[in-house]
Amino acid sequence: MQRNHLRKWSLLVGAAVVALPLPSWAQLTQYDFETRMNMEAHIGNITGHAKDAKGDYRRYCVVCHGQNGDGNGEVALWLDPPTWPKPRDFQLGIFKCRSTPTGTLPTDQDLFDTIARGLDRSAMPQWSTFTKQERADLVAWVKHFSPRWTNEKPGTPITIPPEPEVTPERIKAGRDVFARVQCWKCHGVQGQANGPSAATLQDDLGRPIAPFNFTDGTRPKCGDTDQDIYRIFMTGLDGTPMPSFADNIKPDEAWDLVFYLRTFMAQKSKEKAIAKQLGLKPVDPNAPPPQQ
Amino acid sequence: MRNRYNFAAVISAAVLICCGALILGQKVNAAGEGKISGTVKLDGAAPHMRGIDMSKDPYCAKAHASDPGKLETYVVGASGGVANVVVYISDWSGSPDVAKKVLVFDQKNCMYTPHVLAMDVNETFKVTTSDQTAHNIHPNPNPMTGNIPWNQSQPPGAPPVEKSWKAPEFIEVKCNIHPWMHGWFAVVKGPYATTDDNGSYTINDVPPGNYTVTAWQEAAGTQTQKVTVAAGGAGTANFTFKAK
Repeated sequence: MQRNHLRKWSLLVGAAVVALPLPSWAQLTQYDFETRMNMEAHIGNITGHAKDAKGDYRRYCVVCHGQNGDGNGEVALWLDPPTWPKPRDFQLGIFKCRSTPTGTLPTDQDLFDTIARGLDRSAMPQWSTFTKQERADLVAWVKHFSPRWTNEKPGTPITIPPEPEVTPERIKAGRDVFARVQCWKCHGVQGQANGPSAATLQDDLGRPIAPFNFTDGTRPKCGDTDQDIYRIFMTGLDGTPMPSFADNIKPDEAWDLVFYLRTFMAQKSKEKAIAKQLGLKPVDPNAPPPQQ
Repeated sequence: MRNRYNFAAVISAAVLICCGALILGQKVNAAGEGKISGTVKLDGAAPHMRGIDMSKDPYCAKAHASDPGKLETYVVGASGGVANVVVYISDWSGSPDVAKKVLVFDQKNCMYTPHVLAMDVNETFKVTTSDQTAHNIHPNPNPMTGNIPWNQSQPPGAPPVEKSWKAPEFIEVKCNIHPWMHGWFAVVKGPYATTDDNGSYTINDVPPGNYTVTAWQEAAGTQTQKVTVAAGGAGTANFTFKAK
């Protein structure tokens, strides 16, 4: 009886000694995807579950994004940037299309929208064929690849004030913003992606990347509503050279800039007509930038 | 038989006590703070500092008309001392080295001043611009460390950007508009110093104890040395790097 007791105790203490360092080992295995299998995504009143997306991911996403979500699927090799950007590495948790400030995680809704919308000028098609539930599950699956989603919360979406009326004054003011913050350094004075710095641009992983050409008729990557364009330069496209201008463009000025950018675009618009009527000239890159 | 199990229990307890002692032993006594100083030199000839073609941005080219810009991968003084080397206590276990002054990383004449900004974990620093041309300030840390990359524009007259980093890491900083602009945020834990143009450095406010001191140069890598600091005394650690 006494002996059994002792054996139990010595075994317990021995086990404790062995088990003590275990929590720190567990922390080191960041790539332990299985522990993140319970990841959820919340889109409105739909709850997505990572586990339920496993099949869809293997069938539709894995060829580009890879089994481990690192963007090294078997066709990734054949995608040549800048014409064909490489698939996203989900393990880094860095995303272009966000409603949240630079350096923060996107919301579930942002990822949900990207899956549905696809990304123009890339190999990512629209996945509007999925049901909303399937897309929500895929969002949860995308999130389960990066430890950032367990350690951080998504950023707070930026507030976009209601869109004002387009006026000639606003378009002219937008031209001043364009000159002041020097969008033309990359995008060119007429938005043709031919600015002096355009040719040397690289993304965070050192791959060549092209600035957006406003004039060739394609859609901006993160959606083509006025609000989407507003969001792009106020949040920045993380992982790319496109910075956030949130500290340097006031919300009201931001609308002016949106209207001015519309004048470059191939599609017919009220802004384009007004600019033509005004005989608006492109900004002069050699003129001193207008002060705020 | 019974003795054997007793023995197992005693051994287990002894191991536990040893573990505890090791953890507690890391703490150093804070009294009579000393310092660590030394010089960092480069073995052999100083590598050529490649010139920068700034003609794509007339503002930058004009600013460097009389003094052409050069890549600052190795900045070596006349006596062979290497500037911009960060020296820090790599086995530091005390409290963070609280900021004594405001750290500023300035964009001046399309270069970063200083080229390497050392800082403690969670220490606030300011990114400012003195230029009449637009920059974007784009540090690229590894998000797995807990440091999250961001990218902010700084057009002429822009307000400073105030930030800090969560984890120790040597973070590359770039401006995508001016691809030659390249600098570093050296985030370390505890006391640190950066070498001056002669390669000299002094780490102040070091409590007495035994330390591992590490010197980091952006291209040559790291070197370590053991240093003992007596109460109120000074330790010395000189480093010699080989250019790669």
